[in-house]
Amino acid sequence: MTRLAGSTGSLEDMGHPVSSHRTTYWLLTPGILWSVAFLFIPLIVVGVISFATRGTYGGVIWQFNLENYRDLWHVVYTRIFGQSLVLAFLTTVICLVMGFPLAYYIARLSPRWQAVWLMLIMIPFWTNFLVRTYAWMFILRTEGLLNTLLLGLGVITTPLDLLYTDKAVLIGLVYGYLPFMVLPLYATLERLDPALVEAAKDLYANQWSVFRRVIVPLAKPGIIAGCLLVFIPSLGAFITPDLLGGARNMMVGNLIQHEYLVARDWPLGSAISLILLIVVIAAVIAYFFVESTRSRREVEP
Amino acid sequence: MKHRESWLPLVAIFNVGFLYLPILVLLVFSFNASRLAATWQGFSWHWYSQLAENGALHAAVQNSLLVAVASTAVATVLGIPAAMGLERLARRPRQILGGLFLLPLVIPEVMMGVSLLLLFVMIGMPLGLTTVILGHTTFNLPVVIVLVRAKLRKLDPCLEEAAADLGASPWEIFRLITLPLLRPAILGAVLLAFTVSLDDFIVTFFVAGPGATTLPLKVYSMIKSGVSPEINALSALMVLLSMGLVSISLLLQRR
Amino acid sequence: MRVYGAIVLSLVLCSIAIGFGCQRGSQPGNGTLHYFTWSDYVSPELITEFERQHGVKVVIDTFSSNEELLAKLQSGATGYDVTVPSDFMVSIMIAQGLLAELDMKAVPNSALLEEHLQRLAFDPEHRYAMPYLWGTVGIGYDSAAVTPPPDSWAVLWDPRYAGKISMLNDQREVFGAVFRSMGKSMNVTDPAIIEEAKQKLIAQKPLVKTYASEHYDQLLASGDVILAHGWGGPVARAMRERPSIRYVVPKEGGTIWADCLVVLRSSKKKELAMQFINFLIDTRVAAQTSERLLFAASNREAGRLVNNQVRENPAVYPPADLIPRLEWMTDVGKAMRIYDRAWTELKIH
Repeated sequence: MTRLAGSTGSLEDMGHPVSSHRTTYWLLTPGILWSVAFLFIPLIVVGVISFATRGTYGGVIWQFNLENYRDLWHVVYTRIFGQSLVLAFLTTVICLVMGFPLAYYIARLSPRWQAVWLMLIMIPFWTNFLVRTYAWMFILRTEGLLNTLLLGLGVITTPLDLLYTDKAVLIGLVYGYLPFMVLPLYATLERLDPALVEAAKDLYANQWSVFRRVIVPLAKPGIIAGCLLVFIPSLGAFITPDLLGGARNMMVGNLIQHEYLVARDWPLGSAISLILLIVVIAAVIAYFFVESTRSRREVEP
Repeated sequence: MKHRESWLPLVAIFNVGFLYLPILVLLVFSFNASRLAATWQGFSWHWYSQLAENGALHAAVQNSLLVAVASTAVATVLGIPAAMGLERLARRPRQILGGLFLLPLVIPEVMMGVSLLLLFVMIGMPLGLTTVILGHTTFNLPVVIVLVRAKLRKLDPCLEEAAADLGASPWEIFRLITLPLLRPAILGAVLLAFTVSLDDFIVTFFVAGPGATTLPLKVYSMIKSGVSPEINALSALMVLLSMGLVSISLLLQRR
Repeated sequence: MRVYGAIVLSLVLCSIAIGFGCQRGSQPGNGTLHYFTWSDYVSPELITEFERQHGVKVVIDTFSSNEELLAKLQSGATGYDVTVPSDFMVSIMIAQGLLAELDMKAVPNSALLEEHLQRLAFDPEHRYAMPYLWGTVGIGYDSAAVTPPPDSWAVLWDPRYAGKISMLNDQREVFGAVFRSMGKSMNVTDPAIIEEAKQKLIAQKPLVKTYASEHYDQLLASGDVILAHGWGGPVARAMRERPSIRYVVPKEGGTIWADCLVVLRSSKKKELAMQFINFLIDTRVAAQTSERLLFAASNREAGRLVNNQVRENPAVYPPADLIPRLEWMTDVGKAMRIYDRAWTELKIH
């Protein structure tokens, strides 16, 4: 089973003729060409333009300098980066708090029920995000479902001002990225040996100690993966702050859109995009680094 | 499980409820006879019939379908060989190249949209349906690759080796052994890529040109014009369709 | 297994069939006209009428601000034939060489333009632009909640209405509102004054619920906001749903705007485009448009055909004595860069 996966060596090591190398190249070339043309070259274009200058009414003048990056140091822009980081961070924390019990519960079920619950969680995730965010608009507006319900029950006397605030954006982000947290957590927790938990309890540890000293350390890889998978997309979120933040709460994603499609300052927009990309890639590389050092320390099954 | 942890199922149900609540709300209120109020004013098919008469909506649906079919097809044709090629590599190159192929799934969609827009502007390609298809193919490619690879790794190499020992050519091996075994994964990937394309908004938003308004773009401009049960009805339909397609895809992958 | 395969196959075939089959069915005769317009300017029955008359298909895409229009055109969306920029944007588009010259013989209805629309500064001879709909920018307010009735732009800074104010999501108009409240013209180019205005807007931001160019009529009607900076038409729509809504152009003055139909130079169907323009400003068509969309028509005969309720609504047809107090927005040239930056800063704050 592992030979095809090649984890023990390339096909050549297994004694296959060299022509299969060529086959491998032919297999990979179309995909690589496409990725280069429509993924890497565009990103390079963005990088290049980030050093150019904007024309009076928009467009690009090919004068290269560091103006754009210097402009971004202005408190206005750092503020948006800061706000986005805070929101992404809060989203991650809330998803963790909500998602951990859920993942733990699923991990303890029988395999058949696990499959059911996982499907239940994945299905809404693949539906249209725009539409699901709109649903929250419907729920949170002044005359929306939530307010109507709370007013009707007499819990509040004046409608809650939820839509077009950062609370609404937070709710939308948590809602959108919760599955991203649950799945990696589940993957790690599923491998957790219940005997360890039992043993800890037999040693008279209370529930909190068991959690803190046994479960969390063993679940760490899943926690880190889940946090990354939530943090990175939330940082670059666009739809949620656009619809639920009401042109008042901008995040980096909206800023980029604003620069390209409203202010028509492509060089500045590109500079912002590049910075976002660097943050994202740094996070991913850090994750892979941590992952590979951790797995090297573990004994391979 | 000890009785002390009986709160776990409740939390789990709460979470799942949280995930499904907005969808249910959309569905239920799409039948609400009143236009603005969030109070139930009576059952009505009115908004659905309005959808049926909306010509611009039909055009958007056509565009979405066209783009989905085209981008899924190209992504599948590129992705299956890429997945197979990846599995034949040694560990290091496989990890690196595999990671690079997965890049579209990692970078924020805004970045993909913006970079593609700049590319098209720089090479002077006019925005339109074609540019949308190109964009969709780019993010569908990793979807196909991931799903096909997952299946490839579970295949028993003995079958392929046996065929080779019996004198089959590599193409024959692929056609008669590998492909049929991969079929459920390929079908699952096709369905998933199709769904992802139908639902995409951000990348499309940046690279769409005249007459290339897809369904999500249309929904967005409807939303910008204000909340309306018509949007609820449309949303309910879209969500049900996606859920159906994805369920089938997930079931296929269990084989 | 076979079942799933069959499902996928039939899905693909159906999609292709729907995609191609329908398209061919709706593209008779001379082809397609691409119309890029404001999102609340679309009137389906009139479009269908034009399609049937000329045996063509009209494909509509929409935008919600002039800057968005320019951005899309600059990004290479070159397939549009007809679009509807506002007055000042017309001069920018002319300067950028985006527009095709109009053949007056193809647009005979241009003889019927309103008096004050006939010699517009940005295009006195109508070589490029044909005024289509016009009106004012003012404040829509709920008279039941805002007392006394506002008469100054300063009401938008009144802390009594915190969280219940909406401003347009349009940089020139929002800055225009501030300049007016400062007693200045709205076509400022002095960076110092723009900076001062920006500070006032930043001070106002905590009071503003949202910046909306498209659904503030709904916000007014549902009570989410009680003061809305807006174009007259949507406020008139809100009046229908909530009769206590009123519209006012403050005493310091307001914008008079005219959105103009233009043909893009990159269009391959210029003749058809001009026929479309002529159709839209035809007396009967313009009157119907005016009644439906609640904007004033540029055709003076159309103004007389429109029903009284619409004709006398100041949010739709500004009273004649108001017109001298109104100001046209003009292109501010290089200062636009300063506006762009200031607007971004306001949004991020």
